[in-house]
Amino acid sequence: MEFLSDIASLINSTLRISTPLVFAAMAGIFAERSGVIDFSLEGKMLMAAFVAAVGSYYLGNPWLGLLLAIIVCVCLSMLHGFASVTHKGDQVVSCVAINILIIGLTTALAAAWFGQAGLTPTLNENQRFLEIHLPFADALRDIPVIGTLYSDILSGHYVFVYLAYLSVPLVFWIVFKTSFGLRLRAVGENPSAVDTAGINVFTMRYKALAINGVLIAFAGAHLSTAVNANFFREMSAGRGYLALAAMIFGKWHPKTALIACLLFGFTDALQIRLQGVELPAIGEIPVQLIQALPYILTVVLLAGFVGKAIAPNAIGQPYIKER
Amino acid sequence: MSNIVVDKSKVPWWVSNVIVPLVNLTLALLVSGLFVFIAGENPIEAVKLIIYGSFGYIQGFAYTLYYTTNFIFTGLAFAVAFHCRLFNIGGEGQAYIGGLGVFLVAINLSFLPVPIVWLLAIFGAFLFGAAWAYIPAYLQSKRGSHVVITTIMFNFIASSLMIFLLVDVIRDTNQMAPHTVKLPEEIWLPSFEAFSGILGIKIRYSPLNLTFLLAIASLFFVWFLVWKTKWGYEMRAVGHNTQAAIYAGISPHKNIIIAMCISGGLAGLLGVNEILGVSHKIQAGFPAGYGFTGIAVALMGRNHPIGILPAAFLFGILYQGGSEVTFEMPNITRYMFVAVQGLIILFSGALENLFRPQIESFFVRRLNREVNA
Repeated sequence: MEFLSDIASLINSTLRISTPLVFAAMAGIFAERSGVIDFSLEGKMLMAAFVAAVGSYYLGNPWLGLLLAIIVCVCLSMLHGFASVTHKGDQVVSCVAINILIIGLTTALAAAWFGQAGLTPTLNENQRFLEIHLPFADALRDIPVIGTLYSDILSGHYVFVYLAYLSVPLVFWIVFKTSFGLRLRAVGENPSAVDTAGINVFTMRYKALAINGVLIAFAGAHLSTAVNANFFREMSAGRGYLALAAMIFGKWHPKTALIACLLFGFTDALQIRLQGVELPAIGEIPVQLIQALPYILTVVLLAGFVGKAIAPNAIGQPYIKER
Repeated sequence: MSNIVVDKSKVPWWVSNVIVPLVNLTLALLVSGLFVFIAGENPIEAVKLIIYGSFGYIQGFAYTLYYTTNFIFTGLAFAVAFHCRLFNIGGEGQAYIGGLGVFLVAINLSFLPVPIVWLLAIFGAFLFGAAWAYIPAYLQSKRGSHVVITTIMFNFIASSLMIFLLVDVIRDTNQMAPHTVKLPEEIWLPSFEAFSGILGIKIRYSPLNLTFLLAIASLFFVWFLVWKTKWGYEMRAVGHNTQAAIYAGISPHKNIIIAMCISGGLAGLLGVNEILGVSHKIQAGFPAGYGFTGIAVALMGRNHPIGILPAAFLFGILYQGGSEVTFEMPNITRYMFVAVQGLIILFSGALENLFRPQIESFFVRRLNREVNA
């Protein structure tokens, strides 16, 4: 029975840990499907975490914090678009600039406003998101299997966890079943054909980036106003890059990207549980090497044991109209 | 959107390579000033402190040159890979592992006479840094895994690996903190203090040391390699147009590997300055962001050694003067200068074309008028 509850708690934490990755991967799908590389997921997630934490602290409502985070992230996405779509700057350079800028700015402002440690104040219960307990969770707990499944795995998550997994079918529907999605994918594959059809390539890319900004804001808010009750320095810890790797591994497709995100989440959950545990035959694995597991997994996945990833055709290239 | 068309051949070199970068830099610094203001301090006072801290006294100036040394290495590292259109964001990890190379060579061969052990240690740094860049390079060229993600991941992995080594394997067991024993004093690189002592100037401690000359030599090395050798030509050809390069019989795989290894090796040389020159031991996290700063240095210096030298010097001023600012202004931390780097990358890298057409056409028109008059 203990084994079963171990598994249940592992799945539970997998779902929670994967949440920011899922949001970020979905955000990445919109940008990259439209032909714009987005390494700046990392920076935007960090910025969202900072803005959400500061916003909810001053406004007293985590939803307002989230709203502010969305606004700021959309602005950052627009900045990325301004540099790389309008001014045809290098997309990767633009992303690196945004990431480094945000790492510095968030911590510098946190330190300036709230003291040298670079932490934002701890949020109280009204200022942060709380775990949602699904109806009848307590009543159903004692039923075998269903009880575990419903009460221990599905119930008791933050709102973002549910939103993240709901966003996946939504993104799938938008990208693959609507005319907007068709145009989005076409802009990323063959922008000049789309241009010929009378659709504005630049507007499409800006729209994609705006959606990208909204989605990534949820990931950041999840980190600073739900799982944690404050912002701290570099709290995104490479999740933006992991999500991007998951998206590439998932071949720019929401469903497979979700699976990759869950795989990352599972490794991370396992990593936390493995710390200090004696494994048979191997003994205790050094904690630093266990912590590196998700990063090693990223490299391994990207190296691709399932064939080469095929990116959208026009990715990374600024569209030049008069060619 | 600007629709100004400028005939590139009529633009004088100093407009596109000096005026435009300076305008971009000014924009970045103006926005930085705004951030300093938001943080609740006076930007003009901050500039005064930066200038005093980096030039005002000889010790400060020595620190400026010490930082410059580090930025030359990491800036060159990014630039070399960039000529092959590779974004080596992994300078941080390569420098970390390079430091391990210096230390292992120096501590194991410390019985050798001094110039030889230095050369071998420098070689060790280069080799270890190059090795750490080799895997991402290989994965990029063979598997198409994007070098930005893999090098970032290798930064995280390097950091975990080094902490593991420092805690469990090579830690100085007489100490609690995770760092190694000190290298024997005979093989330390001579410091600026020692030189100034000979000249009769007495200064207090400064970390500036002989590695500065190695950095200058690296500038020449990169210039020669990229613009004067067959390797450099092939590397740039792959970067410019991979298909054309393949058609010309140039192997992209080989050149991606070479470019990344040289890039990683140059980043590794940071370890020579930090370990053989300054702290004489490996401390946890010694690359301290220099690897990332290298990106800004290279982009500002337009990926050319002649540009990288002043860019590295400028960042040296920002770092040294910046520490003066963080000391005097409680609301400014060193992270403010990380944000400044981000802005410099944004304005001189991603947004470099923001005002370029306007500026270039302005100068072209003025020069035409002079010719006609």
